[in-house]
Amino acid sequence: MTASQRGSVSPEAGAEETPRRPLGAARPRHGEKVVKGFLALCAALSVGVTIAIVVSLLTPTIGFFREVSVVEFLTGTQWSPGFARGEFGVLPIVVGTLTVVVIALLVAIPIGLLSAIYLAEYAPRRVRAVIKPALEVLEGIPTVAIGLFGLFLLRPLAEQIFPFMNWRGDFSIGVAGVAVGLLIVPLIASVSEDAMRSVPGGLREGAYALGANKMRVSLRVVFPAAISGIVAAVVLAMSRAIGETMIVLLVAGAGNPNLSFDLARGAQTMTAYIGGTATGDIATGTTVYNTIFAVGSLLFLMTLVVNLFAIRLVRRFREVYE
Amino acid sequence: MTTDKDAPISGEMPRNEGTDATAPADPGPDADGGPGTGGAAGTENLDSPLHLRPAELRGGGEVEHRDKVFELRKVSVSYGSHRAVGDVSMDVFQRNITALIGPSGCGKSTLLRCLNRMNDLVPSARVDGEVIYHGENLYGPRVDPVQVRKVIGMVFQKPNPFPKSIYDNVAFGPRTMGIKQNMDDIVEEALRGAALWDEVKDKLTSNGLSLSGGQQQRLCIARAIAVKPEVVLMDEPCSALDPIATLKIEDLIRQLKDEYTIVIVTHNMQQAARVSDMTAFFSVRTSEGKRTGELVEYDDTEKIFSTPADRRTEDYISGRFG
Repeated sequence: MTASQRGSVSPEAGAEETPRRPLGAARPRHGEKVVKGFLALCAALSVGVTIAIVVSLLTPTIGFFREVSVVEFLTGTQWSPGFARGEFGVLPIVVGTLTVVVIALLVAIPIGLLSAIYLAEYAPRRVRAVIKPALEVLEGIPTVAIGLFGLFLLRPLAEQIFPFMNWRGDFSIGVAGVAVGLLIVPLIASVSEDAMRSVPGGLREGAYALGANKMRVSLRVVFPAAISGIVAAVVLAMSRAIGETMIVLLVAGAGNPNLSFDLARGAQTMTAYIGGTATGDIATGTTVYNTIFAVGSLLFLMTLVVNLFAIRLVRRFREVYE
Repeated sequence: MTTDKDAPISGEMPRNEGTDATAPADPGPDADGGPGTGGAAGTENLDSPLHLRPAELRGGGEVEHRDKVFELRKVSVSYGSHRAVGDVSMDVFQRNITALIGPSGCGKSTLLRCLNRMNDLVPSARVDGEVIYHGENLYGPRVDPVQVRKVIGMVFQKPNPFPKSIYDNVAFGPRTMGIKQNMDDIVEEALRGAALWDEVKDKLTSNGLSLSGGQQQRLCIARAIAVKPEVVLMDEPCSALDPIATLKIEDLIRQLKDEYTIVIVTHNMQQAARVSDMTAFFSVRTSEGKRTGELVEYDDTEKIFSTPADRRTEDYISGRFG
């Protein structure tokens, strides 16, 4: 409007102005829509796959609970679904899984967090430049390798260190827990270290300026400020430990579900049951087939509860820094 | 009162009992200062034009100079091979407000951070020359930087309260020093000292970060004075604040002068003129592409702002930046 008025008042000045560029699009940008659609499709795919997994878990699970009551499943103490007169008390293998997870966390949380504190606060730059990538490589070690390490090295070693325990057979649920612990140490260390390093340097300086020494700065300032990231690391590791299959299959053995709490003996976990049972020659639609999915659903539910619980915990305790 | 051992900490501030006061500084007999600036005998290097004897100042200026807290002798700070600030010699007097002004990059903050060994936290930093604190070299072999920072506190450019409650923020320093009793009184006194008590007394448990920027900075000042330091270093404490919050902090700084020795770095010349007793003007010298800060002039604030001796000072304070 103003431009055209000016143009009409003084045509000479208007002639010298650069021509106005058109505001309308020269041609419709179809490419942009295609890209947008493709990205949306990718996002939808991952959600869709998750839903599909849940549905495929649930359908046989419902079939299972038509034959076995929920109460019997959750409170029974005998687990022998493969037999003709099978028992479907899931507690022994739940206890097996929990044993592995608790031992793994007992091993991995102290080692992982102390390494993280060392790397984030103490380690000279050169040391860190070596250890941090090493941790990340360790995270990628195939679990079957750790399983073999546990079976052939840790298990005999454990017998030498703790000769008073009731070692029988080649398997040990306790050693399996330790092996799973070793698996998740790098995960805890690496993720917690990232969380601690992202605590602003200003907070450290503030504490140092009050005459705090390094240990106090690390434990009273950096660690609490990073707690949400640290809890996330532990939860991630815990989910991994719950779901870990190969190591427990190799080190704790796939048979012998029991409620003995004897760490020196083999025991079955939920994942080991699934992994050991879901072989090619299992007939679909049978009770045993449905049992696998029922155990899978329970596993899924346990991980979900752990995650929800952790989210609440973090909300309550985290220290938000800017 | 003039015992050697604990003069720097408790000599002037008797409320510091129970803290390990012996380690940080071992001042000479003059440190606590008899009347008539006992340190005058020690200022022999009259050849330096920057080194002003208290006796000289007392004649000309109207500022009351007490005992020397810091004597800087040819102090240089380098980061790696780059010298950030070079050959600074100046004295800082007790219960004075000393302002360090100058353009960006002139090394005034770097110099400030030498006074409580905060530069130790930067691995590549190196300090040459001597920083004498009550007769003892701060960089001497027996001096522990952690102890130094308990006596010489610091307030930073950006308010950096810990992501903890207001109470815990203030209590952090005293707890670091092992004080357990009367914490409520200590916290209240520090918050009153920082002119923040009335605003926060009803919400001591809320997070320090929920306060406004100006309140956060006063919280940081409360945190610093809760350990009853002798000196409070302030690194552009108002640069992140609005004008009203700035005025409050300036009022506070003037009040703090009754109890503490204050060294303040500021970009704001008016601020230096408003609050300080002495002003040191720094400038940047560029040679071979490297910028090194240097002390141009150090005198009573009134003299610096009315009749500066150096042309560069005059240009800077009058806005003709050269």
